[in-house]
Amino acid sequence: MHLNLFLLIALTIASIWTVMTRSLIRSAIGLALTSAILTVIMFRLNSSLAAVFELSVCTGLISVLFVSVISLTQPQTSKEIIQHMKSRLARFWYLPILVIVLGVGISVLIMKLKFAPTQIHLEPDVRIILWHLRKFDILGQIVILLAGAFGVVILFRESEKNG
Amino acid sequence: MHLFWLIFLPFLSLIILNLLPKAINKRISFAWASILSLMQLVLVFIPGCGSCGFSVIDSLSLMILFCIGIVTFVTLFVSRQFINPEKFGNFVNVILVALIGMNGAALARDVFTLYVYLEITAVASFILIALDKDLLGFEGAFKYLLMSAVASVLMISAIALLLILTGSTNFSEIHLALASPEKNNVMLTTVTIGIYLVALFIKSGLMPFHGWLPDAYSSAPATVSIFLAGIVTKVVGVYALIRVMISVLGFNHASQTVILLIGALSVILGALTCLTQSDFKRMLSYSSISQVGYIILGLGSGTPLGIAGATLHIFNHSIFKSLLFVNSAAVEKQTGLRDIDKMSGLAQKMPITGISSILGSLSAAGLPPLAGFWSKLIIIIALWVSGFYVYSVIAILGSILTLAYFLLLQRRVFFGKLKDEFVNIKEAGFNLAFPMVLLSVIIIIAGIFAPLILDKFILSFTRSIGG
Amino acid sequence: MDSQLISLFLSFGLFASLLFIIGFFCILVSFNLVRVLIGVELLIKAVTLIIVAAGYVSGHVQLAQSLIITMIVIEAVIMTIAVGIVVGIHRKTNSLDVRNIRNLKG
Repeated sequence: MHLNLFLLIALTIASIWTVMTRSLIRSAIGLALTSAILTVIMFRLNSSLAAVFELSVCTGLISVLFVSVISLTQPQTSKEIIQHMKSRLARFWYLPILVIVLGVGISVLIMKLKFAPTQIHLEPDVRIILWHLRKFDILGQIVILLAGAFGVVILFRESEKNG
Repeated sequence: MHLFWLIFLPFLSLIILNLLPKAINKRISFAWASILSLMQLVLVFIPGCGSCGFSVIDSLSLMILFCIGIVTFVTLFVSRQFINPEKFGNFVNVILVALIGMNGAALARDVFTLYVYLEITAVASFILIALDKDLLGFEGAFKYLLMSAVASVLMISAIALLLILTGSTNFSEIHLALASPEKNNVMLTTVTIGIYLVALFIKSGLMPFHGWLPDAYSSAPATVSIFLAGIVTKVVGVYALIRVMISVLGFNHASQTVILLIGALSVILGALTCLTQSDFKRMLSYSSISQVGYIILGLGSGTPLGIAGATLHIFNHSIFKSLLFVNSAAVEKQTGLRDIDKMSGLAQKMPITGISSILGSLSAAGLPPLAGFWSKLIIIIALWVSGFYVYSVIAILGSILTLAYFLLLQRRVFFGKLKDEFVNIKEAGFNLAFPMVLLSVIIIIAGIFAPLILDKFILSFTRSIGG
Repeated sequence: MDSQLISLFLSFGLFASLLFIIGFFCILVSFNLVRVLIGVELLIKAVTLIIVAAGYVSGHVQLAQSLIITMIVIEAVIMTIAVGIVVGIHRKTNSLDVRNIRNLKG
């Protein structure tokens, strides 16, 4: 039963690492790692289809997106990097402390926490039937994908006078 | 059933228009999109569209659909002046996506569907703000994106909490479940309502969550500003807020107090900040924040009268704010300036712009017999009758401030002595003049005929809220 | 509502709130635009966790999954547009520093 708790703590640690690590590529990898842990948590909570989707889209596609953005933009010189790292540490150091204090504080003071799955009454619905109920969301998804395509065409096109 | 076509038809047009060869696309895309928006105006008036499968359509949705049609038509007309014909196909594509999003949001009867269509509209807005690909446009789009993403995240958290509390995402089921308090965990319900309200306040651009609004409006290209200010932020923000409050959450004392407070804050602070601005578009954006505060005050009164006043004010605000932004676009096009300190006496050379801007400003300030007077009157009366005397006085005060800053704007930009460098400018072209005349005519007609249709209008609200 | 289930939800909710705080922190304190976007991504992960937990606790697992799938598609498109804007900013200013894009006077 403590597997859930362990996974959640791992999720938090992965996300703190993502935020605090100094290079952008490591941040992107950290984001992928956070997604992967979230996928495992989703599997354990009986949401297998959504977990697979999350794995393929968020861990895969979005990480590829971030890595390509990072490689499209130029790196700083090494002097700037060292200066930058020092100022980073000054800004970010209190984040893990804040998180741990809040987490432990709230859980000890206020709530009786449990992570074990109790017997949950599952819907007898089949997934297909549910998609019939949410037709307009599917239409919305198609429209937003089209919108994304238009956006990419408009935003990524090099303008001629920019060279 | 026919209201579904408001979503399907633009969707089919999107696909077909993009499959056509470029030459034909360039010529018919504008015409077809204009026809779609005009059709929307007509469809709304066909009687007997009670139950449409989505569920019951009430006058709030009808009003919003009507405004969407008008402002989209005006935007498309004005865009002929500003958008390069080469890129017209792309522009019309994104406008059609925004149209699908707004119509879907107006027709949605499910909190999650509402979220999906609001996001579609938001994505279209980001692309539109960044359309010119200049640095300011990117900056405005990025700030809007950030605030919109935060608001969306809060909204989904609220939806998840509603799922636990009521087991459904449908408007009517949630309303029923929330109205029976004995089964519910009061703390969780309050938290949910609070989170949902904050998300919608951010999306509406109310104080103190208004950070993105002036930047997004003023850094967008002229045509896009008209579209955004005229309808997009209204649908995404205040319409969603009113819809959620009356159909889903219901009124209780705490939420009413919060809404009234934020509305009053927006009215006063928006108006005061407006007095200090020197950029034409920024001034209009802060004025938008102030007017949206009025709409929220009407909502906060909790009575059908107040909500009818709020809806009427949404309609008036779409019309006069679009008109004022078209004026600003015309001035910008003819003089190349947006700084009002540098302008003066333009009315002598641009009479149509000058007269229509006076009409728009007076309607905004609430002078009879123009349209704005009626909606402000109804809101003030509704607040007084429900016992919120202080807010009523604040609303009146805000009206005076509105008059003040618009008169200031008029005097500086359009009246006074004509400066030498402006001797050669001409009136804006037909593409800009026609929408100005059209919108002015609508303001006058709506003002004169308002008393005749008000009874029917308010009655329909009593039905939809009491029931 | 069964109090056991509520406390189960609250425990997941606690961690989701922590993720929220981490995401907000990332957005507010970062100097690099891409890191701001990573912060937004973390917020989205937090909210996905909340929906999964809500679905599990209320028994509507299938409904929650369809909501999540729709949400993932939407957020993927929003991220794409955001990346497009960031690349556009980079082309104009040749840097990704947030402090460079404070031109508009808020």
